[in-house]
Amino acid sequence: MSAVTLRVDNLKVWYRTLRGDVQALDGVSFGVGDGELVGLAGESGCGKSTLGKSLIGLDASMRHVGGTVELDGKELPIGDPARMSGFRFKEVSIIPQYAMSAMNPTRRIGRMVAELLESRGVRSAGVHDELLRRLALVGLDAEVLDRYPIELSGGMKQRMVMVISTLLNPSLLVADEITSALDVSTQKAVAEALVDFRDRDYVKSTIIITHDLSLVYQIADSIIVMYAGKLAEKAPTDTLVAAPRHPYTRMLLAALPEVGVRHDTRRLEGIPGSPPSLLDPPPGCRFRDRCPLAFAKCAEQPPFTEVAPDHLVACWKAS
Amino acid sequence: MLSLEHVDKRYRVGTFGGRELVAVRDVSLAVRPGEVVSLIGESGSGKSTIGRMILRLTPASGGTIRFDGDDVAGFRGARLRAYYGNVQGVFQDPFSSYNPVFKADRALELLRGPYFAGLDDRAWRARVAASLEAVRLDPGQVLDKYPHQLSGGQLQRMLVARALLLDIRLLVADEIISMLDASTRIDVLNLLGDLKARGLGILFITHDLSLGNYLSDTAVILHRGEVVETGPTARVFGRPEHPYTRSLLASLPQLHRKWDRTGAVRGPAGEGG
Amino acid sequence: MSVSDAEELAAATPAAAAATPATLATARAGREALYFARRNRKLLVGLAVVLVFLAVALVGPLLTDHGPNEYVGPPAQRPSARWWFGTTMFGQDVFAQFAHGLRATFLVGLLGGGLAAAIGMLIGFAAGYRGGAVDEALNMLTNVVLVVPTLAVLLVIATYLRVRGVVPEAVFIGLFSWPWVARAIRAQTFSLRSRDFVDLARLSGAGGARIVLREIAPNMSSYLCMTFILLFGGAVLTAATLDFIGLGPTDGISLGLMMNNAVLWSALPLGMWWWFVPPGLGITMIVGSLYIMNVGLDEVFNPKLRKL
Repeated sequence: MSAVTLRVDNLKVWYRTLRGDVQALDGVSFGVGDGELVGLAGESGCGKSTLGKSLIGLDASMRHVGGTVELDGKELPIGDPARMSGFRFKEVSIIPQYAMSAMNPTRRIGRMVAELLESRGVRSAGVHDELLRRLALVGLDAEVLDRYPIELSGGMKQRMVMVISTLLNPSLLVADEITSALDVSTQKAVAEALVDFRDRDYVKSTIIITHDLSLVYQIADSIIVMYAGKLAEKAPTDTLVAAPRHPYTRMLLAALPEVGVRHDTRRLEGIPGSPPSLLDPPPGCRFRDRCPLAFAKCAEQPPFTEVAPDHLVACWKAS
Repeated sequence: MLSLEHVDKRYRVGTFGGRELVAVRDVSLAVRPGEVVSLIGESGSGKSTIGRMILRLTPASGGTIRFDGDDVAGFRGARLRAYYGNVQGVFQDPFSSYNPVFKADRALELLRGPYFAGLDDRAWRARVAASLEAVRLDPGQVLDKYPHQLSGGQLQRMLVARALLLDIRLLVADEIISMLDASTRIDVLNLLGDLKARGLGILFITHDLSLGNYLSDTAVILHRGEVVETGPTARVFGRPEHPYTRSLLASLPQLHRKWDRTGAVRGPAGEGG
Repeated sequence: MSVSDAEELAAATPAAAAATPATLATARAGREALYFARRNRKLLVGLAVVLVFLAVALVGPLLTDHGPNEYVGPPAQRPSARWWFGTTMFGQDVFAQFAHGLRATFLVGLLGGGLAAAIGMLIGFAAGYRGGAVDEALNMLTNVVLVVPTLAVLLVIATYLRVRGVVPEAVFIGLFSWPWVARAIRAQTFSLRSRDFVDLARLSGAGGARIVLREIAPNMSSYLCMTFILLFGGAVLTAATLDFIGLGPTDGISLGLMMNNAVLWSALPLGMWWWFVPPGLGITMIVGSLYIMNVGLDEVFNPKLRKL
């Protein structure tokens, strides 16, 4: 068994709201191997962003209810923001969804990077050469450090944030919907840059959070599909797309339009209904109400079990 | 039915309006009755501006937009209202399209005064129920609710229902499914397909080529405000001629087909972003 | 996912709408605001103080059977059971003056503040919605009114109008305090105007005035409410200032005029604290409470400032 960078065990994270606790993450367990690029896919409200954020540090309305997160064998104190700040940026780093708001608009970029490094106790002069090297790698000129964020395009800002987030070679990089706001051509450049960073050992393992399965198919080694706060399926990329076992994954893949498929020749079908409310989730399998294969046993929550090497599914029919 | 002839849109930018920004340059296209035309372009290509000009939300700087032969720029008052009885729009963000302090069906109620003043309550309710059912929504589930109580898919379908109330002939659909989840997207797309089969013309504005391909008869590719390629969808996607179209198709992430990975990673030259 | 996103998610499913009890299912903006309003201490305390003074203004003059400026008692009396606030240097009942003065104060606040609000809203909405040449012209007007030296204008008016009442004073204040309101409303209207629901209203054949009234203003209702409170307080303060320097009404009485007289007739060196402390305290407390109410209202309307 190859070395594992990240091990998440039965993680539960809830949100406090006026109306009660939203059980956004309800017992999630998986592992990310060394050098692995994992795609975390799902629709809105499935909990993927919550999972990404809880690996980096919970925000004020989130509550760590149970479970553990282990990075390189050490437990991450995700419930304790003060202690987490020591890990952030050095061991685990995040590329947030909106790079535009991640950068202080009144600071030149070079100055912002220097301040960020100082705040982590790293001398900026020492990493300057490495910074320039990495900028060149993603196609950015050295002079971008003298510019203000507003002078860069969306794609350039996203790549800049990628370089900054990985400057201290973190073990785990979480990329939260980094391509959603970009054009098709820039998407490809940014996605390929992620792979490149992994290939050059700038980061050990990466988790890419996205709703776009076709994008993650291009670059990920394995894909995890989430539904309503729980994991539905995890498999190597090609296996998941060619032979998915969970009904939700199958229906999701069948609902993706592609070039070459036309409405009058082959009509695609969506998934009727909508995900259950996480305020008071129903017992048993969460996909039960919308699943064409549901039967009596689905009233009991199926465990996330291995049905084939490296292929895990949470479905009674699949196991 | 709808035709754009050499349409321009120019903005004055910079301090004191010194410089000029050309958002749309010399665009000509046409939509025939019952035809779906995809207007495909990335951000900054001017596609939304074209949609807005057709809907008379922004005036065109040059060229002519004709509906049934009449120049739409001259429409005012009752004539403009009549135009809106034939042409309507649905926009990208379902939650922004509804006034958050009011209930969602107010969007439908707004049409009652100008267009259905003669109808009594029962006839009006029947009409509303009929158009909601045409978009496969259950009136009992969506009426009398606030926007935040409904899902994005339901809200977008309600906007299509609103357009159908008026018996329109052309729908300008500006990125209407890009903010929806994958499982609901296809439902709304199929709905548009069914409406097309019933004779509705659609101008489908999108940045996503696969969506454009699913539904449309004609494809128009827009780059930096200019039309670079246009033609029947199958031809444009199957045998693209313009280099921009080719690069778009090559960068598109698709299931069952991996990208052509190059060794070095560079941003695309001259990206607009 | 922020708290409001999580709530939206929890609410936006048919299952949720059916399953949760009716009291929870519709957390409408209005009802939520009321819930928080009842619990916001700043709002409640501020409102209570203002209402107490309003009660005094309405009921107080009815408790006295003489006018505020009549000479009814021995001069310079300390507060006693007979004269609750004592008497002035000339034997006028300070309490009667105070109660009538409060009436004038509230009148100026309502009239002056209301007028400024009306003008500011009209100009702000028109400039923000129309844009272009209309916006330029109204901006010019706003700037002109902003830089006009109101004191100088007032002095000129004072020389021409020998006799002035409370209403002209209120109108004057109203005509000169609206520029900031117009600016702020214009800015907000600009941003709301580009929202999709305004476009949708235009596509429904609605005209400009209708859109402003029915679509844009309701979205700014909390801001408009707070603006009015600020204008009310500002008008009261301005009137008090003008009265104090002698540019106020020539007949009747107001709190500022009381303080003016007190200073003119050396109340401070003579130790007649009961003459100037009530009006000073009155103005301070009314205006202060209004501002505190405003802060409280901001917390009520703005979800991000609320403490759960």
